[in-house]
Amino acid sequence: MEELLMAFIQDPWSFWITRTLVYTLVVIVGVLLAVAYLTYAERKVMGAMQRRQGPMTVGPFGLLQPIADGVKLFSKETIIPSQAHRVVFLLAPMMLFALSLVAWVVIPFDKGWVLANLNVGILYLMAISSMGVYGVLMAGWASNSRYAFLGGLRSASQMVSYEVSMGLIIVSVLLVTGSLNLQEIVLAPRPVWVQFLLFPMFIVFLISILAETNRAPFDLPEGESEITGGFMVEYSAMAFALFFLGEYANMILMSAMTVILFLGGWLPPFGITSLAFVPGIIWFALKVALILFFFIWARATLPRFRYDQLMRLGWKVFLPFTLVWVVFLAGTLMSLGALPGQVTHENLVQGVEVEVEKTIEKAVKDVESALGLDASKDAEQAPTKDEQE
Amino acid sequence: MVVQAFAFYLFAGILVTSALMVITARNPVHSVLFLILAFFNAAGLFVMLGAEFIAMILVIVYVGAVAVLFLFVVMMLDINFKDLRKGAMHYIPIGIIIGGILLFELSMIYSYWQFAPTISNIDLPTDQFADVSNAQALGLVLYTDYVFPFQVAGLILFVAMVGAIVLTLRVRPGVKKQNISEQQARKASDVLEIKKVTTGTGV
Repeated sequence: MEELLMAFIQDPWSFWITRTLVYTLVVIVGVLLAVAYLTYAERKVMGAMQRRQGPMTVGPFGLLQPIADGVKLFSKETIIPSQAHRVVFLLAPMMLFALSLVAWVVIPFDKGWVLANLNVGILYLMAISSMGVYGVLMAGWASNSRYAFLGGLRSASQMVSYEVSMGLIIVSVLLVTGSLNLQEIVLAPRPVWVQFLLFPMFIVFLISILAETNRAPFDLPEGESEITGGFMVEYSAMAFALFFLGEYANMILMSAMTVILFLGGWLPPFGITSLAFVPGIIWFALKVALILFFFIWARATLPRFRYDQLMRLGWKVFLPFTLVWVVFLAGTLMSLGALPGQVTHENLVQGVEVEVEKTIEKAVKDVESALGLDASKDAEQAPTKDEQE
Repeated sequence: MVVQAFAFYLFAGILVTSALMVITARNPVHSVLFLILAFFNAAGLFVMLGAEFIAMILVIVYVGAVAVLFLFVVMMLDINFKDLRKGAMHYIPIGIIIGGILLFELSMIYSYWQFAPTISNIDLPTDQFADVSNAQALGLVLYTDYVFPFQVAGLILFVAMVGAIVLTLRVRPGVKKQNISEQQARKASDVLEIKKVTTGTGV
């Protein structure tokens, strides 16, 4: 693909811009297609779990149903309530949708397949996902409706609560990998006993991403039985579709994050090297699909939490548990000398020897300069050294 | 370089404009939203300086947590802000005086600022971190040279948190609360009693 582009564009600057634009477009279209077929998969899987067929009418096996849904939403009228704060009302869905796409910049789909290989990739993901709450909060406030407002408030407190334990879980993974870069997190060696120690964190993370994306059984912000549709109640047509797309894109994003942190990204599962002939992106997609299946499975299985139960789980169960587990994990790794870049006995001895040599050299120089030997060379440096000491 | 200059003026321009809007917007919720925009653009400026760790932490902490709670509170306030603004004209002279003093002091600092003559001889502290990313560099000094201030800062925040909880905690008698461990520990034999009742005798 790059050769094809190179044939048309010679100038390196415009080549770089075109390449970035093309890749960005590929990622965006890929995510949107994945979102469309995630809605289809959700309806099919839930149908199977509830002994129904799911969509069957549009296209073979209902495969064109997401496209039909999209066309329907696109052709409807966007209604803005007369009491709503117009600008914020329209900005909210756009912001939510834009943020759910922007985060994909740092996701490595395969080795080197990443738009921006940031050194602080995982922090970038945290930052973007913590911004997501504003879309919901703004929508809830701007609608000027009681139900929408309650939904927005619920969502804000829920997302802030679960982000705390998610942050601690990410810290525990970083303790093992020693890097904030997502590719290095995937490639960092993980012995079996470390994976065993990380497994409880994986479970807590899975539950936290359900809460973070406002999905069942934590879908209180849009709990239709109590507050009709929550923060989305006043939205229609494309504005509603943007919320919908944003929510599902966030689901896929969080699944991708789980895969990168815990399931080894694009690498073949269980470290089976003979499976490495399959392209990495296929493994990545399969693992993401596995987590997405968990999302749908949870929705079809579990009843909605009550609000106080949700808060109790976040603050009284997950937060203390993850906090203790981070300390425990750090202590175990440290005592076994398995922290990345940890000072073990051997390199400590080497380092001390080097330091001793340096100190001796410096002392000799100081004495020489004090005695006036080689004074011309050290005359400028001497006063500052005295000042520092 | 042109792109960088353009990006800088874009971020800086939006930052200054949104900071102005924070204090001039009529609706307090709009003020908070502009404050968030200002934080975000400040993070953009940090990224341009090469301090990507600080930028991300700024977004995570201020935008993702502090401003959410702030917005939360402002949205729930039911205050007529027209009444609040009535007295504002009253305070304008004091405001102008304080602003004038600050401006005077700042201009004094900038016009009489002098570097020590030995400044060029000082070893810059960043020299040893030239080849590591700034997240690593921060970690290397934060947990070694500055571990005591770091721990003290953590302790202060912890005390503040405990204080806030203690101040707002109300013990209300007569409120029924769910105790999940109690529910889990309960057995059928503790609460159920099965009696065989013969017809016509009653319990």
